[in-house]
Amino acid sequence: MPDTQPPAYRRPAPATQPAYDSPAYGSTHLRHPKAPLLRMPHTLSEVTGPRMSQGAYPAEADMTRLPNGRVVMGERIIIGGRVLDEDGRPVPGAMLEVWQANAAGRYNHPRDTHDVPLDPDFTGRARVFADAEGRYSLTTIRPGAYPWRNHHNAWRPVHVHFSLFGAGFAQRLITQMYFPGDPLLALDPVFQATPDAAARDRLVAKFDLGLTVPEHALGYRFDIVLRGAAATPFEDAGHDDEGH
Amino acid sequence: MTAATAHQTAGPYWHLIDFPEWADLLRAGGPNEGIPGPRITLTGRITDGAGAAAPDAMVEIWQADAAGSYEPPFHGFGRCAADADGVFHFTTLRPGSVPGLGNASQAPHIVLAIFARGLMKHLVTRAYFAGEPRNAEDPLLAAAGPRAGTLIAKETAPGSWRLDIVLQGDGETVFLDV
Repeated sequence: MPDTQPPAYRRPAPATQPAYDSPAYGSTHLRHPKAPLLRMPHTLSEVTGPRMSQGAYPAEADMTRLPNGRVVMGERIIIGGRVLDEDGRPVPGAMLEVWQANAAGRYNHPRDTHDVPLDPDFTGRARVFADAEGRYSLTTIRPGAYPWRNHHNAWRPVHVHFSLFGAGFAQRLITQMYFPGDPLLALDPVFQATPDAAARDRLVAKFDLGLTVPEHALGYRFDIVLRGAAATPFEDAGHDDEGH
Repeated sequence: MTAATAHQTAGPYWHLIDFPEWADLLRAGGPNEGIPGPRITLTGRITDGAGAAAPDAMVEIWQADAAGSYEPPFHGFGRCAADADGVFHFTTLRPGSVPGLGNASQAPHIVLAIFARGLMKHLVTRAYFAGEPRNAEDPLLAAAGPRAGTLIAKETAPGSWRLDIVLQGDGETVFLDV
């Protein structure tokens, strides 16, 4: 094997990822593939990925301060944590895109018609980069819960969407961060679609007094783990390693 | 060791991180301005198991440059929102063939990642190019067997390539367990 090929990524630990076919989440019914996915060994096309530089993708770390000088309505919070791989190594330079509803529970999006106020200048998005130790931080407001039509009286728990680019395109991750103590978590088919309770719990941010800034904002810690390297390059190529 | 964070659906409001210009990898002032290679477009329509369009979908691409390199200066990344009819449209360079495992090489291809409401995790597939002689030796096309055609874009006009994506059912696209 040429030295130019970085090692393959590890396969998911059992039950730590949601299934495409998650019947309680109605939108999966017609959108999950019915044929088994084609297992493939990782090649350069999977282990390489776009390098997102701050020159080309400028950071915007504060959703609360608007270009017109206004400050958005809501409970200001700081979200911070580390981007690590499965071996606990930082993923320096990882790009995080973050988006969310406003404090009333409505997105600045034409398809969101929830009958609560729009905060007209609040875009609800941020972009930050992990530093050399994998640390990131952003300032926003705590979003509101909102109804959806998945089932009778369905409400999404309060959440913030996170999109991450690591080193390889096979590390690409879009996930959601939830808030501790939210009673809607137990009722939410998206959150509950991940079978492993510990894996679900890692989607819930922790209140963190160390991240909290006096007289300014509460801090929540949300660490994000991207896939790590397989132990031996390509060792699992073409094998079914379920159950190991 | 901590297992990787669980994926969660991008949902229907991901457009807050949509930057429509990213769908044109060759745009003036963009990262690839002036980089040589054959200019192409890649278009497709995304449909669900009932044949309905997926107008809320987001497609990302990752590809090598015309010489088959994933290294800079070419920045082979793009993102495109499906339109009201479920159609995405990228402008990019036709990639070269890239190294495979061992001594194998891979036929020219573009990696696609599809995100949408109802997809708990993005779906990954590839677009190969019809008529490309190296397709015959590509390991992934061989592994896809009789369904390999769902991975091969057709040239509808010179430089215009089309690959429709079927999420479920008849003609379902081969999705990859990466």
